[in-house]
Amino acid sequence: MKTLSDTGVVFTREIRPELRNPLGLVFGMIQPLVFLALFGPLLAGTPGVGQASPWQWFVPGVVVMLGLFGTASAGYYLLVEGGGGSLERMLVTPLSRTAMLIGRTMKEIVTLLAQAVLIIAVVLPLGFRLHPAGALAGLLLLTVLGVGLGSLSFALALAARRQPSIFYGVQQTLLFPLVLLSGVLLPMDDAPSWLYGMARANPVTYVVEAERALFAGDLSHPSVPYGVLAAVTVALVGLAVGTRGMRRASL
Amino acid sequence: MIHTRGLTRSFRVGKETVEAVRDLDIDVEKGELVAFLGPNGAGKSTSLRMLTTLLPPSAGTATVAGCDVLADPAGTRRRIGYIGQGNGAGDNFRVRDELVTQGRCHGLPRTESRRRADELLAALNLETLAKRPAGTLSGGQRRRLDIALGLVHRPELLFLDEPSTGLDPQNRANLWEHILRLREESGMTIFLTTHYLDEADSMAERVMIIDHGRVIADDTPERLKADLAGDRVTITVGDEPDATRAAGIAGRIPTAHEVTAEATTVSLRVTRGDAVLPDFLRSLDAAGVKALTAEVGRPTLDDVFLSLTGRSLRENDPASEGA
Repeated sequence: MKTLSDTGVVFTREIRPELRNPLGLVFGMIQPLVFLALFGPLLAGTPGVGQASPWQWFVPGVVVMLGLFGTASAGYYLLVEGGGGSLERMLVTPLSRTAMLIGRTMKEIVTLLAQAVLIIAVVLPLGFRLHPAGALAGLLLLTVLGVGLGSLSFALALAARRQPSIFYGVQQTLLFPLVLLSGVLLPMDDAPSWLYGMARANPVTYVVEAERALFAGDLSHPSVPYGVLAAVTVALVGLAVGTRGMRRASL
Repeated sequence: MIHTRGLTRSFRVGKETVEAVRDLDIDVEKGELVAFLGPNGAGKSTSLRMLTTLLPPSAGTATVAGCDVLADPAGTRRRIGYIGQGNGAGDNFRVRDELVTQGRCHGLPRTESRRRADELLAALNLETLAKRPAGTLSGGQRRRLDIALGLVHRPELLFLDEPSTGLDPQNRANLWEHILRLREESGMTIFLTTHYLDEADSMAERVMIIDHGRVIADDTPERLKADLAGDRVTITVGDEPDATRAAGIAGRIPTAHEVTAEATTVSLRVTRGDAVLPDFLRSLDAAGVKALTAEVGRPTLDDVFLSLTGRSLRENDPASEGA
């Protein structure tokens, strides 16, 4: 019960500056927007993308990319607060440590969903066909992935509290390979077998494939359970590592 | 209010184990205002971090505000206020929002938390800044906000880690005015760390001097200075032979120590310099040595530190200012 209300306290604190300055939401999605605008149009006619509008193939991936770029950098704010002293200040209150992580992750999720909806709104006039039930399911799957990535990012930030450069180093080293190996930008079907093998080892790949099926309205596609499994696994690992990190940040 | 026994914290630096705090035994009673004074790296902050549940001790026990920090960290946190070296409020968060959040973190209901935030904004002259993001405040304003954040839940014990570092003298005085007034109103116990000698001397009622992780002296500033340093009596005479003779006479004063003669200046440390000086001058007259000037210097806590360790606290100061 206390953890629940404490989560509300943390979430309220975190979301308030976002609500006061909604423009910040757009800054957080620059990279996916750039890919959408400057890379998306190149996909028309690419084999493996499908017969329909390339947006139908590309947008679900961009939504996942949003989750990767946005949520994975969530730890940045924690890093700043750890350096400044406000994290310490909150650690010397009876606030639940789990709530300190979950509340922050929830704020990331709200931001992520708002950005995803914005992206969909942008591509709707460009010929993207929306299947409401599938899209909702897709956003739910995105939420699960976001919980995991956000928590992992917080855990990384806590671990690197004394040396912030480690955070950026690890984050940047992991992020781009994860994006490239997930088949967000180009289909991996024709990839050399070693690259294809690496893509199959990347949990994000399964989430991207499930998102494509879901956004196409195909809720019973065989890729969906794999995507759910991958996202849930990332979420569980992230939450476990993240709450452990937050608990160990003080006594 | 604070009781520690054998409190120790060691860190591993590469392959070496460094003991930042060793065998700390301290007892602070309710209502005291205690300063932990020592050079940077002496173990002040490490001790404070253990007492405030931020850092687990390597050994020993600590009972803070009636709670064992290891067994009941949450209970400790409920009863103490902590004002760290950094800024308690996040840069992007509004001043009043952070105060309300802090109240909520301590379990105050929403309306009570808002009421308390407004009360503290008024008490610390922050009302006009309520809607400003904390990152836009000046150094002195931020420090006042830190104090407000530490007091939201009316703690019985307040910890301050280097509260006035980086503040100009005017802001420092202003900050202390607030702290002392709030203490008078609430009767809370205050435990602070500082490397400013004058701050420990003028503000604290009890000073613990810490060096290399150990408490090496613990008393009121007045008694520390009287017992451990003594007054410095300095006279000048006409020539060097006179100075040598004066030093000889000075050496016979019962409490005299650190007697030095440099050129025509003779200086010594004694207890109650004001009482010793007239006798000293009469003895000089009797010996035919004419004193040209005479003065009694009151000791500082730096003299205390110097007599305890052979080093000056001030020597550490310029380097530590930027740290």
